[in-house]
Amino acid sequence: MTGTTPTATGLSSRDRGGWSLLSDLLRSEWTKLRSVPSTYWTLLVAAVATIGLGALFCAIYVSRYGKPPPFHRVVFNPTSYSLSGIMLAQLAIAVLGVLVITNEYSSGLIRTTLTAVPQRRTLFAAKALVFTATTLVVGVASSFAAFFLGQAVLSGHHLETTIGSPGVFRAVVGAGLYLAVLGLLSLGFGALLRSTAGAIAAVVGLVLVLPGIAAALPTSWQNTVDKYLPSNAGQAIFHVQTQAHMLSPWAGFAVFYAYAAVALIGAGYLLHRRDA
Amino acid sequence: MIQARKLSKRYVGKLAVDGLTFDVKPGRVTGFLGPNGAGKSTTLRLVLGLDAPSSGTVTVNGGSYSTLREPLRQVGALLDAGAFHPSRSAYNHLLGLAQSNGLPKDRVDAVLELVGMSSVAHQRMGVFSLGMSQRIGIAAALLGDPGTLLFDEPVNGLDPEGIVWFRKLARSLAAEGRTVFVSSHLMTEMALTADHLIVIGQGRLLADAPLAQVIGANAHGYVRVRSPQLATLTRLLTAKGATVTPGLDGAADISGIDCEAIGELCAAQGIVLHELSLQKASLEEAFMDLTETAVDYRSTANESATPVTLGDPK
Repeated sequence: MTGTTPTATGLSSRDRGGWSLLSDLLRSEWTKLRSVPSTYWTLLVAAVATIGLGALFCAIYVSRYGKPPPFHRVVFNPTSYSLSGIMLAQLAIAVLGVLVITNEYSSGLIRTTLTAVPQRRTLFAAKALVFTATTLVVGVASSFAAFFLGQAVLSGHHLETTIGSPGVFRAVVGAGLYLAVLGLLSLGFGALLRSTAGAIAAVVGLVLVLPGIAAALPTSWQNTVDKYLPSNAGQAIFHVQTQAHMLSPWAGFAVFYAYAAVALIGAGYLLHRRDA
Repeated sequence: MIQARKLSKRYVGKLAVDGLTFDVKPGRVTGFLGPNGAGKSTTLRLVLGLDAPSSGTVTVNGGSYSTLREPLRQVGALLDAGAFHPSRSAYNHLLGLAQSNGLPKDRVDAVLELVGMSSVAHQRMGVFSLGMSQRIGIAAALLGDPGTLLFDEPVNGLDPEGIVWFRKLARSLAAEGRTVFVSSHLMTEMALTADHLIVIGQGRLLADAPLAQVIGANAHGYVRVRSPQLATLTRLLTAKGATVTPGLDGAADISGIDCEAIGELCAAQGIVLHELSLQKASLEEAFMDLTETAVDYRSTANESATPVTLGDPK
């Protein structure tokens, strides 16, 4: 392993504007995202969970209630059943969102990255954009696949709904959006805490544990507080009908997005201010 | 060109870098020497804008690092050989860095070739030895063909062949007119690589001078003599004001007089010599002397922080 010495190749500095910087960073972050196996594994788990669990839940329902009693027919929501895998898929997306930033800290790579790109906030924005575009594509595609597969399973007993029914299209797209925004929230926590374990614990706590704790509140408080919890607000978008004591789909989504935005803005600010 | 002016960095309860002022000039290899924990890595992080100074300034090519638009074209740095994702290939690691600075893909192939790592470019970096990781880190530093290079402990983990390779690389980069700043706690390595030394201890500047001057001013050479007529010679040398101390295996170590004078004296007096050799002071000795004075200095005076500057570095 020997090398020769470099010769000056005359790579002069270009005058790079903000958009040019962002497009360079998007390409760079895409290379980084697509070149580690954890990206493929977590996205595969998310897709399989969304599609597979949705179909499985639909199949179990069909086998249990081959001829559902009238009451079940009224409350049964074929869209929600086919999208029930999202509850598991969200964990995989949260892990990926955290890893995208914390793996740079755990290895010390962040210092190489920030040496190459001192424009830290632009770098963070590029990372968030690339990651979100990826999870959005995988999330929405999985969500549609889960919906159509689930309806195909249910159609054997004429329990299915169609994508054109009121609220259904929004709910299916919304499930993908929910995953993408949860990914952003996780990325924000990863950048805030700079530790894989800490950030995953924080996101899981916020999304899965917090609603359980809120259940201990007096009912009147619960009805006010519950709907503003991140997971409840975010999940409003993939319920076909607005539930009692829940926000309307888009209002809920806006609240959920606001949580992610606060985490990201805080993370961007600290990334700019803190020693790397 | 790197310029630090009264650069200080305080971490919780500890002053890691204490009022450093120095220039790292192009066209030569500047060694950055100090014991572990002296503040070398902290100083490099301050130069690269990774940490913000508590006070003072440091500039690269006249400006603060954080204002550089495509820094890899101006400054290359090797900070930590293990700073990569273990599952990513060397090629993709370098490609991501190149893209972030708008550098063409062929630079990745060029630097991989340069460090002799082309054949393992597509292996995951987790399987690399420390020496291979160092080479990838050096490749990353050279990606943008920068005029200024910083290497933090670059020969750690390199095999002897790799150490010689790096030494040649650093020297040729400097010969091309680049600014080359190499930190190390290995004094022998610096003695062979650097033209100029910046020595720090406990965050403070101890010396900023050409290599030979650091050694000359801080450690003293002596002449080793072996002779069957040592008693006669000792008497003659003492009469001339030299100091003679018994050395190993019947030799005598003489200071206060140079080799030539001893040789001429022996010829004139007909004294037989079996050995007459100049024992050069090593950088280790110079360094020990420097750090000792620093400790003494700190224990007696703690105001006026005038560094022990040797000669005129300009």
